[in-house]
Amino acid sequence: MVELTGSQALIRALEKEGTSVAFGMPGGANLPMYDELTRSNIRHVLVRHEQSAAHMADGYGRIKRKAGVCFATSGPGATNLVTGIGTAYMDSAPMVAITGQVPRAMIGRDAFQECDIIGICTSITKYCFQPRSAAEIPEIVKKGFYVAESGRPGPVLIDVPKDVQQEVQDVTFPELIRMRGYSPHIDPDIEQVERAVDLLLKAERPMIMAGGGVHISGAFHELQVLAEMLMIPVVTTFKGKGAFPENHSLALGPIGMHGHAEANKLIIESDVLLAIGARFSDRSVGKFEEFGQNMKIIHIDIDPAEIGKNKQVDVPVVGDVKASLRALVKMLTKRIVKKDGESNWIKHINEVREAMQSTYKDHPREITAKKSLKKLRELLPPEAIVTTEVGQCQMWTSLFFDVIHPGTFFSSTGLGTMGFGFPASIGAKAAKPEVPVVDIAGDGSFNMTENSLAVAVNDNFPVIVFLMNNQSLGMVAQWQRLFYDRRYIGIDLKGGPDFVKIADAYGAQGIRAQSMEELDKAIRTALKSDVATVIDIPIDPEEDVFPFVAPGTGLKDMITAA
Amino acid sequence: MGWNIISALVENKPGVLFRVSNMFRARNFNIESLSVGPTEQPDLSRITVTIDGDEHVTEQLVKQLRKLVDVVDVTRLAIADTVYRELVLLKLKAVDPNSRMEIINLANVFRGKVVDVSKSSIMVEITGTPDKIDAFKRLVEHYGVIQLARTGVSALPRGVVYE
Repeated sequence: MVELTGSQALIRALEKEGTSVAFGMPGGANLPMYDELTRSNIRHVLVRHEQSAAHMADGYGRIKRKAGVCFATSGPGATNLVTGIGTAYMDSAPMVAITGQVPRAMIGRDAFQECDIIGICTSITKYCFQPRSAAEIPEIVKKGFYVAESGRPGPVLIDVPKDVQQEVQDVTFPELIRMRGYSPHIDPDIEQVERAVDLLLKAERPMIMAGGGVHISGAFHELQVLAEMLMIPVVTTFKGKGAFPENHSLALGPIGMHGHAEANKLIIESDVLLAIGARFSDRSVGKFEEFGQNMKIIHIDIDPAEIGKNKQVDVPVVGDVKASLRALVKMLTKRIVKKDGESNWIKHINEVREAMQSTYKDHPREITAKKSLKKLRELLPPEAIVTTEVGQCQMWTSLFFDVIHPGTFFSSTGLGTMGFGFPASIGAKAAKPEVPVVDIAGDGSFNMTENSLAVAVNDNFPVIVFLMNNQSLGMVAQWQRLFYDRRYIGIDLKGGPDFVKIADAYGAQGIRAQSMEELDKAIRTALKSDVATVIDIPIDPEEDVFPFVAPGTGLKDMITAA
Repeated sequence: MGWNIISALVENKPGVLFRVSNMFRARNFNIESLSVGPTEQPDLSRITVTIDGDEHVTEQLVKQLRKLVDVVDVTRLAIADTVYRELVLLKLKAVDPNSRMEIINLANVFRGKVVDVSKSSIMVEITGTPDKIDAFKRLVEHYGVIQLARTGVSALPRGVVYE
């Protein structure tokens, strides 16, 4: 037992959890914990808006597969975190957000910069804590990290009243914690695994749908072993993009609203679908009722509540993806009978893939999103980390940027948060400084959090913003073009800014690439640069994203061109 | 559609009822009644929820409840093996002595109790299944209901259960 202030207990507890970097902004209600940071080895990265602090912690957490930490003060500081916390929640990203709160005696009195952040965040966090004494802090921090990182990960909020940060109490740091209402399912039920194996061995047209759970559990190797063992083609959800090497002969790419044409066409032809760490979101499977009517579905997920939430399945396997895949492979090894030659299904897959390639029509312009992304892939080392903003830039990435090394891609896939990619790329760079990190962006999204350029420059995070600039909110414009008879409203961003000048103003490097040759040079320059680089690539505002499964329709209704 | 009783043991601490009810709202569950109170263990409360929903909805509700960190245990009670009761306080208009006598007689038939009488009203307390309470209410509605308060269902499985 030691006598400590609440702030000392908090920072020491964070250090014990292995926190080495935290993103945030100080204010009145978290000054005591910030003061304690001056005596800690934890690196503090000062953001220019708390939303970005949460996205940075999110990007950091997804790459490290450990909770990223962000700080904000009470009231507006805390509410500014909300979008970032919601983003992490929807994508099951581990995060511990720590907010200051007004002193205990002021809570509920509408004090200056008071807000009920726990009330606001309850439905977008795994759990919220509010220590009511300094002595509670070490146990709360330990529980917070445990909840954030274990099972299906997600954000946790710790809201610390200012006087709790200041009070001195006898504090102990527990080695063990007990949470009787929280125990993640790790090992799968072996009978269910057996039923899954039965189905897979009987399947004539099996298909794997790999979701974000493969990333979270780091089960890339197990997935590849399973797919190759049974020669099962692999589609991914968008969140699962890059769970399986996209240049692999069994890879069909992402399904969904802007999935690959061959993936969308072939998944509905399968007779047994093995869904791994996926939640059958509307964006992935289209109409819930229509999807999977003629197939048997095996669903592996660590969250029991995902079983049957959107889709009734035939064989549920509740458990960690890696543990479940290992169990599947182990049982299959005993029972598999090696078949010679290529199955009819694989032949069919290859034919459809070839046929579908011709449906991708490229835009006539010299420099297009598709060509730019192919060029980026060509020049980027496979271990580089890529994230995206949200909108057309994101969906073009889904379609035209192949992820080769599993686990090197992430995006705001669930909440679809514009402004996510750039700060998240800074978080990823903090987690893995030795590899290039690229944010594939559009002008609309980048504009939302571009002030993180100050962070990228001052705190030395030389990330690359690959900005496909169509001077509009392109995805909204595309919908207005397709579904609202070209009645454009609220999409015109011609007013700028000039992103090369913006980069320059922040002390970053801005390069405009107006031809493929200039783009080639710009990417090479950016990869060698030791400051953050914005590559501004003007593209045609009418370059649309195809194929497209319109909202409320099924995968079979995919539109391949305008 | 089916009527279901779900019993949850939860941590007895501030904010738990909010987390549970907030989840119902956020996930679009339309519950029929909810009651909460202490149990034989001082650090646990019991929340009893009734819901009129199909199998899929009820199953999801149970799973989403289990997912909450403060929820220690969730049981879907089999109606046939469950004792479930609700209490109602019903304040009726009763100005003339005749109607007062009628209400008292009806309350007796339902094993209810008269708990308050004024010059113009009478308050009856009835404990029973929600059906029984509905039946009594239908029977006396024409006297004029001034105020009504129901507790929601409380329930326990029959026989010995070790949780």
